[in-house]
Amino acid sequence: MPDTQIKNLTMNFGPQHPAAHGVLRLVLEMDGEVVERADPHIGLLHRGTEKLIEYKSYLQALPYFDRLDYVAPQNQEHALALATEKLLGIEAPPRAQYIRVLYAEIGRLLNHIFNICAFAMDVGAMTPMLWGFEEREILMGFCERVSGARMHMAYFRPGGVAFDMPSGLSEDIMAWCERFPQVIDDCESLLTENRIFKQRTVDIGPITAEQAMDWGFSGPNLRAAGVPWDIRKAQPYDVYDAMDFDIPIGKHGDCYDRYLVRILEMRESLKIAIQCLKEMPDGPVKTQDHKISPPRRSDMKRSMEALIHHFKLFTEGYHVPAGETYTVVEAPKGEFGVYLVSDGTNKPYRCKIRSPGFAHLQALDFLSRGHMLADVVANIGSLDIVFGEIDR
Amino acid sequence: MDLALKDLGENIAAVLHHEVLASEIVHDELIITSRPDAIVKVLTYLRDDVNCQFKQLMDVCGADYPEREPRFEVVYNLLSLNHNNRVRVKVQTDDSTPVPSVSDVFSSAGWWEREAWDLFGIYFADHADLRRIMTDYGFDGHPLRKDFPLTGFVEVRYDDEQKRVVYEPVKLTQEYRSFDFLSPWEGVREVLPGDEKAEGGEG
Repeated sequence: MPDTQIKNLTMNFGPQHPAAHGVLRLVLEMDGEVVERADPHIGLLHRGTEKLIEYKSYLQALPYFDRLDYVAPQNQEHALALATEKLLGIEAPPRAQYIRVLYAEIGRLLNHIFNICAFAMDVGAMTPMLWGFEEREILMGFCERVSGARMHMAYFRPGGVAFDMPSGLSEDIMAWCERFPQVIDDCESLLTENRIFKQRTVDIGPITAEQAMDWGFSGPNLRAAGVPWDIRKAQPYDVYDAMDFDIPIGKHGDCYDRYLVRILEMRESLKIAIQCLKEMPDGPVKTQDHKISPPRRSDMKRSMEALIHHFKLFTEGYHVPAGETYTVVEAPKGEFGVYLVSDGTNKPYRCKIRSPGFAHLQALDFLSRGHMLADVVANIGSLDIVFGEIDR
Repeated sequence: MDLALKDLGENIAAVLHHEVLASEIVHDELIITSRPDAIVKVLTYLRDDVNCQFKQLMDVCGADYPEREPRFEVVYNLLSLNHNNRVRVKVQTDDSTPVPSVSDVFSSAGWWEREAWDLFGIYFADHADLRRIMTDYGFDGHPLRKDFPLTGFVEVRYDDEQKRVVYEPVKLTQEYRSFDFLSPWEGVREVLPGDEKAEGGEG
């Protein structure tokens, strides 16, 4: 019998695969069912956000940030708002900072609910998805009540937030926060000790702390590798330094630990949200400098000055002093940074968006090598990848 | 913390005085300008030195300043978890001079350098896999350069006769309008003709 020539098989995974979490095209070099090399092709959702922002005023640039990581839109806005405030040399009033932190944590919950449930579905569990989306729907209801939009809120503005919270909202959020741990428990009862789930995730895609740092990991993926690093603690912004919360870390850096870290982070997020609601002071929700934030509508009916400010803000925008900053926030997926260069005009000169998912997806080749094809799906799910922010 | 960061910047500049051109602090952020051919040495030092320990490269990006010579800037943002501080390293280059790739120092640099190559046309030497990453397969040009128009050059549509996606030159029913909002009485210090006489006469 002649020797059969065994050739590696090149396989296309995506861009329309349901487990690709969007438009990932993965070219896999397979040896049987073992992955030899994974080459992610990204850019299929590239919209040129950074180029577009260079042609928009600072306020017009803000809604683009919602459309990056559309699973947790407000956390991206937070980064631009903070970066612009830093260049302008202003600070949001205390109530605005509390509202921002509250909604940033709601964003984190939105993200982690989505990720855990979608990850569970990737590895074969259907029910968490259905339960989780019910809660996401309620959270997006809270977003709608405060900003008018369920997803793309455009709510965190440089100098504060767009509107104050309507009456009754904080009581409803508080009631939800008290009820939600039960849902996490239910979800955990389905997954955490589930034999199939553990077989699919434990020791899959492990990464050590050194390797994770070398690959530029951040957020839950870095913490799952055992590095106690959280920008909310280490370099706090807004009122995070007044918040009392813990940073959960993992030990093995595998898919299962990444899942556990996210579950624990949801519980910490609830703690922060409840503290915000309890301690939120009264006062203005945006800076009182009307060269930066628009005046009240009722003032515009009577005051010429207010009308001029409003007109100038929404045609020309404000001029930001020349300078540059790299401002980061702890987005649910990791370190979300904005490298903003201003040349003193009303438009950013350069706005580089550092998305956490970009670095995480880059390490997919490293994580998946030598694993089975089905483990690539588990890796993608546990890395928490959203193409809006990777492709920009 | 500011003083410590300033000391750190001066320290780095003193040790690497051949490689580092300048170190400054802007908005409480340390910025180091390096010689482009020494970037590998600078980043290796920043990663391994006990006082620096910038173990994480969080971002590499390009920036285009057409009026400068050389026109491009490559910006590296580093993070030290041990010392809880950040540093930004900058090098300058033009569209023909390659910058040594740092993907051997930090694995995470690989894709970001690909991105800078794709969007700006900054060439990285010794990069293992310098392909385009963001733009379409077979894309022509570097879209984030300032001389690249916002609307681009080609548009795509599905052609029903040829049964495939075809590329055509961009057709705009209306030119892209970019308004000049630099008002003459704010921001710009422009002397109106005749004003200098009035001030000169009084003073």
